[in-house]
Amino acid sequence: MTAEEPLLQATNLHTWFELRQWGFLRVGSVRAVDGVNFELGRGESVAFVGESGCGKSSLARTLLGLHKPTHGDVIFEGEHLSELKGEARRQYLARVGYVQQDPFGALPPFMDVRRLLSEPLIIHGVTDRDERERRIRKVLEEVRLTQVDEILPKFPHMLSGGQQQRVVIARALLLEPAMLIADEPVSMLDASVRVEILNLLRRIQQERELTLAFITHDLSTVRHYADRIFVMYAGRVVEQAPVERLLDNPQHPYTCALLAAIADVDADNALEERAVPDGEPPSLLHPPEGCRFHPRCPQAMAGLCDRQDPPLFEPEAGHYSACWLQDPERG
Amino acid sequence: MNRWMQGLRELKGYPSAVGGLGIILFLVALSVYTVITIPYSEALDRWRGGEHWQMHPVNAGPVWADRLLGGNLPQTRVVESENAEVREAPFEGGKQVRIPLTFEYDNEGFPSELNLFLNQKGTQQEAFVRLTWHTPSGEAIPLGGQRVSEESRISISQNRALEGRLGMVPHVGLFAGDSDPADPEAERGEYRLTIDAMLFDPTAELEADLAVYGRVHGLAGTDYQRRDLMLALMWGTPVALAFGLLAAVGTTITTLVIAATGVWFRGWVDALIQRLTEVNMILPMLPILVMVGTLYSTSIWLMLGVVIALGIFSAGIKTYRAMLLPIREAPYIEAARAYGAGNARIILRYMIPRILPVLIPTFVTLIPTFVFLEASLAVLGLGDPQLPTWGKVLNDAQEQSALYNGFYYWVVAPAVLLMLTGLGFAMFGFALDRVFNPRLRTQ
Amino acid sequence: MTDAREPLLQVRNLQLHYRTRRGTARAVDGVDLDVGRNEALVVLGESGSGKSSLAKALMRLLPRNLARFSGGVTLGGDDLMAMDDEHFRREVQWNRVSMVMQAAMNALNPVVRVGEQVAEPLRVHRGWSKDAAMERVVETFATVGVSRDFVTRYPFELSGGMRQRVVLAMALVTEPDLVILDEPTSALDVLTQASIMNVLKRIKREQGTSFILITHDVATSSELADRVALMYAGQIVEQSDARDFFHDPAHPYSKLLMDSVPRLHQSEPPGYIPGEPPDLIEPPTGCRFADRCPSRFGRCSEDPPAFELDGDRRVRCWLHEEGTDHDG
Ligand SMILES: Nc1ncnc2c1ncn2[C@@H]1O[C@H](COP(=O)(O)OP(=O)(O)OP(=O)(O)O)[C@@H](O)[C@H]1O
Ligand SMILES: Nc1ncnc2c1ncn2[C@@H]1O[C@H](COP(=O)(O)OP(=O)(O)OP(=O)(O)O)[C@@H](O)[C@H]1O
Ligand code: SF4
Ligand code: SF4
Ligand SMILES: [Mg+2]
Ligand SMILES: [Mg+2]
Repeated sequence: MTAEEPLLQATNLHTWFELRQWGFLRVGSVRAVDGVNFELGRGESVAFVGESGCGKSSLARTLLGLHKPTHGDVIFEGEHLSELKGEARRQYLARVGYVQQDPFGALPPFMDVRRLLSEPLIIHGVTDRDERERRIRKVLEEVRLTQVDEILPKFPHMLSGGQQQRVVIARALLLEPAMLIADEPVSMLDASVRVEILNLLRRIQQERELTLAFITHDLSTVRHYADRIFVMYAGRVVEQAPVERLLDNPQHPYTCALLAAIADVDADNALEERAVPDGEPPSLLHPPEGCRFHPRCPQAMAGLCDRQDPPLFEPEAGHYSACWLQDPERG
Repeated sequence: MNRWMQGLRELKGYPSAVGGLGIILFLVALSVYTVITIPYSEALDRWRGGEHWQMHPVNAGPVWADRLLGGNLPQTRVVESENAEVREAPFEGGKQVRIPLTFEYDNEGFPSELNLFLNQKGTQQEAFVRLTWHTPSGEAIPLGGQRVSEESRISISQNRALEGRLGMVPHVGLFAGDSDPADPEAERGEYRLTIDAMLFDPTAELEADLAVYGRVHGLAGTDYQRRDLMLALMWGTPVALAFGLLAAVGTTITTLVIAATGVWFRGWVDALIQRLTEVNMILPMLPILVMVGTLYSTSIWLMLGVVIALGIFSAGIKTYRAMLLPIREAPYIEAARAYGAGNARIILRYMIPRILPVLIPTFVTLIPTFVFLEASLAVLGLGDPQLPTWGKVLNDAQEQSALYNGFYYWVVAPAVLLMLTGLGFAMFGFALDRVFNPRLRTQ
Repeated sequence: MTDAREPLLQVRNLQLHYRTRRGTARAVDGVDLDVGRNEALVVLGESGSGKSSLAKALMRLLPRNLARFSGGVTLGGDDLMAMDDEHFRREVQWNRVSMVMQAAMNALNPVVRVGEQVAEPLRVHRGWSKDAAMERVVETFATVGVSRDFVTRYPFELSGGMRQRVVLAMALVTEPDLVILDEPTSALDVLTQASIMNVLKRIKREQGTSFILITHDVATSSELADRVALMYAGQIVEQSDARDFFHDPAHPYSKLLMDSVPRLHQSEPPGYIPGEPPDLIEPPTGCRFADRCPSRFGRCSEDPPAFELDGDRRVRCWLHEEGTDHDG
C-alpha cells in the first residue's frame, strides 16, 4: 500500500486453538485465524469488520503477542515477533497499545485511576514518581479527562462508561506506542458516547501519527474513522480495500450482504424485510471446503465455490477480494 | 483505600460485627497488657513453678466465685515477724527470742495449709525453736520444738504427731476450737503462734513468716503447683492469638499464592498442585502433629511450622482455584499482559487482590480454628513444655482430675476463653462476609 | 397508518421509584404512552434513562427496593392498576402482555431443554398438557426461524442468535396482544440482528401483534417503528410518528440524537451529545436536558410539560409552547 516500509506485516498468519476433551484427547483445532496476510503502514487507520466469532479478537491478540501464531509471523518494524524474547518483547509491548471492548472489565477494579495508570510505567521502568505523575496527567488531558485531580483518586466503578474507556485509551497511550489495537472499543458504550470516543481515537491517531487497527462489527461507523477496511469471514480476510471503495463498490458477496443488512435510519425500513443470507457463520473447527461462504452465498457456483478455495483477486488496484466472481480468467 | 473504609462503615450496622469486634479488641488489649506487665522470660520463669509461688495455696478456687455464692472462704494471709512485738533476752553466747505472730480469723471453713518460714541471719549456728499455738478461747497447744538452720520451712500441716494429738489435720484441728471433730467448725477470733527461739549467737536475727493458706485465691485460683492460673490465662491470650493469626496468615498467603500460580500457569504446574492438594487433603492434620510432637519436639514454633506446612496444600487451594479461574480470563489481566506485566506481578498484583475482600471473612474465621488446634495439642499433652497456654492449663487440669476433684474453675476459665475467642472471630467473620461477599449482599 | 389506530395500551403518569442507599431514584417519572393495536412503539433513550424500568413497571416485575409505583395503565380498556397482583399475574402477564427481558438470552436455564423452557408459560399460566404445549412450541419455533430439532437442545448448544430467537419464541408462545422487547438485538451481529428484525416484522404483519421495542440503537429501531418515544432521565421527552421523528425531530435532544446516528452513505461524520445525563436521585428542577441543551433559554428553568403538536406529537420542551392547544 505505502511505498515506505510497512510498520506491521502479517505473513500467512494462523492462530489455531487446540480443542481437547478431558484435557488430553485432541478433538481438533479451532481455526480462529487461518491464513491472514496484510501490511499496515505508519499513521494508517484500518478497520477489521466481521461477524461475531470470525476471529477478529484472536487476530488482535495474536498481533499483541498474547497468542503464539500456529504458523506465520508478525513482523513489526522489521523484527519478527516470534523471535523477540525478554526485554525486546517488552519493548514491543510498549510499542503497541491495546484498547479492549469492555472498558469496565479492562480496568482492575481494586486500583484507583492513578494506580492503574502507574502500572505500565512501573513495569517499563519509570521509577520516578513525579515523572510518572507528569506523564499520567499529560495523557489524561490528551483523552480529554480534564478534571484530572477529580479522576485520579477514583475507582473504575465510579466512572461512567465513556470515562472508563478514556482511561483505557489513556493507559494504551502512556508508553508512547507506535500502534494502537482497539478491539470493538465502543460496542459496550452507550450510543451517545460512541461517536465521541471514536472521534477521540481518530484525533489522537492523526495527531500522534499512530497506526490504528480497530475492530468493529458496525460498518456504518467505519467510513469516518478508517482509511482501509478488512472484511473478515471465518478466520480469513475476504475483502480488503480503501474505505470509500469498499463501501460504495463492494465486491465480495459477504460484504454485500453485510452492507445490505445495515439500515440507514428511515421510517420506510419498517415496511419491508431485508435480504439476509441464510444460515449461520460456519464452524471454525470444520470450516466448509472451498469458499467458506459458499453455504450461505446467493451467488455460489456449484462445482467451483464448494471445491476450490478462492485466492485473493485484485479487481482494481488496492482492492482485493477472495471470491471466484472476481477471477479475471473466469469469463 | 476507599472500598475498605466503606466496608468498615457498613460493618457498624451489624450487631454481630460490633460484638465480635468488641471481644477481639478485649482479647487484644488483654494480650498487650499481659505482654507489657509480665515479660516473656519472666512468664516462662514463673510458670516453671517453685519458690515464687510458696506463699500461694494449692488448688484454690477464684475468690469471686466463692463470694458470688455467698461464701466466705479464707484467702491466704502471711503474718510476718516484722510487725510483731519481738522480745529478746540475751544470755551468754546467745539470746532468747520470743516472737508472737497474731492474726484475726473470721472466715468460714478452714485454711488449706499452715506453713512457717524461718530465716536466721548472721550466724552459722543452728537455732532451736519451740512453737505454741494460742486459740481465741485461750487454749495453748504446744506444737513441739526443732532445730533450724539458716532458712527453713516448718510445715505445721505435715506434723504427724500433732495430727495424732488433735485427731484432725493440723490446719483444721488448730482452728476447730471445741466443735465436733466429725463436723468441725472454725472458731473465729484472734489466733497467735508464739515462737520461742534460742539463738546461739548474740548477733543473730530471726525472721518468721507464718503462712495461713486460704481456700480461694485471686481472680482465677491456683493449680496443684500453687501457680496462679491468672498467669496462664493472661499469657495464653497472646500465645493463642499469635498462633492463630500466624497460622492463618501463613496458610492463607501460601495457599493463595500457590493456587494463583497454578491457575495462572495451568498445564503441569496446575496439575501438580492439584494432585499434591488431593494427597494432602487425605492426610489428617492432627495425627501428624501428634506424631511430630511425640517423636520430635513440642515447641510451639515447630508446631506452627508444621501446621503451616500442612496447610499450604489444604482444601483451600481448591476453593481459591475456583475463585481465581474466572479472574484469570478477566480483560484487565489480558490488558496487563499486553503492557508487559510479568507472571509474578500478575499473580500477586492482579489476581490475588481481586479475591482478597471475599477472603478476609474466611481468614478471620480461620484464626480460631488454629487457636483450637493449638489447644487440642496441648490438651493431648503436646503443648509447648515451657509456655503457659490455655491448652496447657486444661491439660494440667485433666491430669490432676480437676473435674473429679471439684476444681471446676480450673477447666471452666480456659474453656470460656477459648470459646470467647471462637465466638468473637466467628461473629466478626460472619459480619465481614455479609459486607464483603457480594453473593450474600442484600441490596 | 396511525389514523385508524385503536389504543391497546394507555399509560398515564406512570411512576416507578427505587429506594437506594443515596436516596430515591426516580427511574420512571411521569410517563404517558399510547400503543395502538398492531402498532410498534419504539422507546429510545440512552443507558440509564429508565427504559428497562418502564418495561418492568408495565409487566409489574417490581424489585424489592421499590419506593413508589403509581399511575394509570389500561390494556384494551381494562384498568391494570386496579388488579391485584394475583389477578394480574394470572390474567395479564404472559397471556396478554409478554416480555423479552434485557440479556434474556443469557438468562436461559442452562440445564433445561429450550423447548421445555418455551413451553413453560403455557404449562404454568394456561395449564396446558405437555403434548399440546410442545406442539405449540414447535409452531412458534417455526415462526421465529428455529428448526424443530432444537426443541430438545440445551441453551449452551445454541448460538447467540438462536438463543435470542428462543427467548423471542417464549414471549410469543402465548399469542399475547402486546410484546415488550428490551434490547432484543443489541448483543448480536448485523446479519443476525437483521434477520431477527425480519422475524418481528413478519409476526407483526401476520399476527397483528403490538410491540414495545426498547433500544438505544436508532438505526435498528427504524426497522420496526410506527411510533417513537424518546426517554430522557425517567421522562418521555418526545413521542412522535416514526416518520416525523426520524426526519424532523422536534425536541432538541431528539435532534442531537438523530444527528449522532452514523449513516453508511453520509459524507460528514456524525455528531455527538456532549455532557452526561442527570442523576435520577435528585434530578435538576426545570428541564432535565437543560445542561446539555444548545437551545436553552430563560423558560427552561421551569419544568416543561408535554406540549401536544400537530400529527399526534407530544414534546416536553418550552420551544414548542406555541404550537399547542392545551397542556398535556
Ligand atoms: N483461547 C481460546 N481457546 C479456544 N478457542 C478460542 C479461544 N479464543 C477464541 N476462541 C474461538 O475462536 C473463535 C474466534 O473468536 P474471536 O474471539 O477471535 O472472535 P471475534 O471475531 O472477536 O468475535 P466477537 O465479535 O464475538 O468478539 C471463536 O469460535 C472462539 O470460540
Ligand atoms: N432495582 C433497582 N434499584 C435501584 N436502582 C435501579 C434499579 N434498577 C434500575 N435502577 C437504576 O434506575 C436507572 C434506570 O435503569 P434502567 O435499567 O431502567 O435503565 P435503561 O434505560 O434500561 O438502561 P440500559 O440501556 O443501560 O439498559 C438507572 O440509573 C439504574 O441504575
Ligand atoms: S467464491 Fe463463490 S461462494 Fe464464495 S463468495 Fe464468491 S461466489 Fe460466493
Ligand atoms: S425546555 Fe429548554 S432546555 Fe429543555 S430541551 Fe427545550 S429548549 Fe432545551
Ligand atoms: Mg471479539
Ligand atoms: Mg435497560
